[in-house]
Amino acid sequence: MEAYETLKYDVLIIGAGGAGLRAAISVCERGLRCGVVCKSLLGKAHTVMAEGGAAAALGNMGEKDSWEVHFRDTMVGGASLNNPRIVEIFAHEAIDRVLELEQYGAVFDRTPEGLISQRPFGGHTYRRLNHVGDRTGLELIRTLQDKAVSLHPTFHMEVTITSLLRDGQRVIGAYGYDRISGKPIVFQARAVVLATGGWGRMYRYTSNSWESTGDGAAMALEAGAELIDMEMVQFHPTGMLWPPSMRGILVTEAVRGEGGVLRNASGDRFMYTPEYTPERYRGKFAESTEEAERWLDDKSANRRPPELLPRDEVSRAIYKEVKAGRATEHGGVHLDVSHRGAAYVKRKLPAMYDQFLHLGGVDITREPMEVYPTVHYTMGGIRVDPETCASTMPGLFAAGECAAGLHGANRLGGNSLTDILVFGKRAGDGAAAFAEATDHGVVDPDQIAREEATLNAPLGRPAAETPATIGAELQEAMQTDAMIERTEVCLSRCLDRIHELQQRCDQIGVEGGRTYNPAWHAARDLRFQLRLSEVIVRSAILRKESRGAHWRTDYPNMDPDWGRRNVVARMVNSVVDVDTTPLPEMPEHLRLVMNEGAK
Amino acid sequence: MRDKIQLRVYRGDASGGETKEYAVDTYPGMVVLDAIREIQASQDGSLACRWNCKAAKCGSCSAEVNGKPRLMCKTRVEEVYDAAGVITVHPLKSFPIIRDLVVDVSWNYKMAETIAPLSVPDDVPRPFRMQQADVSRVQEFRKCIECFLCQNVCHVLRDHNRKDGYYGPRFMVKLASLDMHPLDDQNRREFLHETAGIGFCNITKCCQEVCPEEIKITDNAIIPSKERVADVYYDPVRMLLRRLRRS
Repeated sequence: MEAYETLKYDVLIIGAGGAGLRAAISVCERGLRCGVVCKSLLGKAHTVMAEGGAAAALGNMGEKDSWEVHFRDTMVGGASLNNPRIVEIFAHEAIDRVLELEQYGAVFDRTPEGLISQRPFGGHTYRRLNHVGDRTGLELIRTLQDKAVSLHPTFHMEVTITSLLRDGQRVIGAYGYDRISGKPIVFQARAVVLATGGWGRMYRYTSNSWESTGDGAAMALEAGAELIDMEMVQFHPTGMLWPPSMRGILVTEAVRGEGGVLRNASGDRFMYTPEYTPERYRGKFAESTEEAERWLDDKSANRRPPELLPRDEVSRAIYKEVKAGRATEHGGVHLDVSHRGAAYVKRKLPAMYDQFLHLGGVDITREPMEVYPTVHYTMGGIRVDPETCASTMPGLFAAGECAAGLHGANRLGGNSLTDILVFGKRAGDGAAAFAEATDHGVVDPDQIAREEATLNAPLGRPAAETPATIGAELQEAMQTDAMIERTEVCLSRCLDRIHELQQRCDQIGVEGGRTYNPAWHAARDLRFQLRLSEVIVRSAILRKESRGAHWRTDYPNMDPDWGRRNVVARMVNSVVDVDTTPLPEMPEHLRLVMNEGAK
Repeated sequence: MRDKIQLRVYRGDASGGETKEYAVDTYPGMVVLDAIREIQASQDGSLACRWNCKAAKCGSCSAEVNGKPRLMCKTRVEEVYDAAGVITVHPLKSFPIIRDLVVDVSWNYKMAETIAPLSVPDDVPRPFRMQQADVSRVQEFRKCIECFLCQNVCHVLRDHNRKDGYYGPRFMVKLASLDMHPLDDQNRREFLHETAGIGFCNITKCCQEVCPEEIKITDNAIIPSKERVADVYYDPVRMLLRRLRRS
């Protein structure tokens, strides 16, 4: 076995996006030694790409918003597959976490009264998204980064964790390598927090960066933790479609929040087609374009346009329009905000204006954008305890996109930025409390030797396969057969492809050494992607109904029986096992909150 | 646009290196980062380069394209190839090379650690009330994506390597964002002058020209900060008082 460095912390946090940084703040504030590992440089994590805002019921816009309404919207948007207690905590604490962020130094856009300005977004009854233009994620990560840096955790930038270490049935650390030098590192910790984000990179067209390979969820599964809701992958309705180099890049929902409209090739505002508004949203959205026009100026007396239905519904509508032959030039639909005027668009959507002008060659103050759904977010992930974010493996905690339970079958825009604040803090507190009550555990050299062998195998092996080829084939398979519209036939075909690619993974060889070698890095990431793809597809085969983002055309209806169960995945004798588990009961006081909204 | 382009990419590390040439097929909208990733995918997977968002939001893929500092994800190939279809891509020159296009920017993170965070007195009512007009300038500074292109072109850092004396434009912007925050109660002028070395800047505005976020670094951050510093350090009456106090 190769020599390795050993680093000891009370709490190890893996991932330095919003959730990881917020967890680090909590751990440091309790006076514990905290290590934070990130694959990229600090401040570059996926949080930086969030645009529209952070949802919290501050009620700054003169509307009667409250945590109860936010709770209801989130449950309804998630097709009630959410864990009610997680949503309750979230809707309550989102308010404090956003205000706290402002005290850390975030500078949100203001209302005329000097309070934080809030914008409308899909699925939210009231204006609820606290924002900074269309770069809210940058504001959030930089604020948390500065705050965390001031509390002095130890940051390990450009380090990849590839395996969690266990002492019996407890996680006691992690094994990884320095991306720059290629040298192995063993981290020992009394508690480990996973804040590793999602796994959109399994799909060909995604708004996600290279980092989103699902390492955290895959490692948790392999270490013995349970994953739930893995079939739930969010397809954001509006990704860039043209030019090809920009395909999949996000076009923020804030475009629609600020009055942007969707049209098909014939110029019809197709979202007004009655079948695109499901039963549970009937009567809550504008039914004529005139009402939608009036809504722009008077939001309390008029209903929102159906462009602001939750993301799963809008994505499906776009998909159906294209499939019905009403697609625009490059196979999508038009999103147009030019009627709002150049000055308004540039002030409210500066990043979108810039992105389309420089990268797409389109001036959005004059012309429509061409858009098509893009893989954006993963609702499923590590099963966690609502109070502490503890996973089902002792010593292992999870928060943010890699954890599951808050968003159910579909996430509302704006809920991810507050998710990482609320549960980043709770995971930090939970892990710190666990760490205070336990020891460091004993590192098992066999686990290290095994991971070292897996990690280093591609180095110097003849390149019968490359990570780029297998990665591209996986993306193609997932894009074709595990996308918006799913059937047992296409999912089974996808699963066969994944198994084939898993076999071929053992033939990967990479050139070059260990110093900052992207091919070698990708070879390891690919195993995580394949593992989670397998779980996604197997979970999707199991759930024989349509709910939220999961649309099975062979089972087109929502099934109340399936509405009482989550799909759960675990490793049994090194093989993925998928099963169902009862959804937690909604307590009486929350049932009353739900009924209140039905009146 | 040409169907094929030639990329001359620097390959090497601290011990030296050379420019290697790669032919890449183009497609509509291709940016320099796409071309680099094409090379990684089909010609040499070991070509080292940082990138994350590919949407000009994270500031990871900074490099010198034809000698000019750019975000590779925001630079379309047809804007930069020459008559023969050639584009040269080198790493940022002001920071030590690690490998190929990856440089060691850790100095920036060390400087960031020394800057005191926002400090709002306890008696300011929560939640904060601030007017949009009072925060717009601060918001301009907070657009910074830390691509470090400004640090790369700053001649104090690039030509004179005075990282011991000057924090560079990125941190002038950061300090200005704190100093101009309506509720911050810290006096940051001494830090700007004594520690961050604002006096080193002689307003050549190179940083401002390369900022992909179009922050008016010199005009809106550095010059007003210099004026605030001058107000304390170069006011003749205060200078005299200071001298008297020292003696």
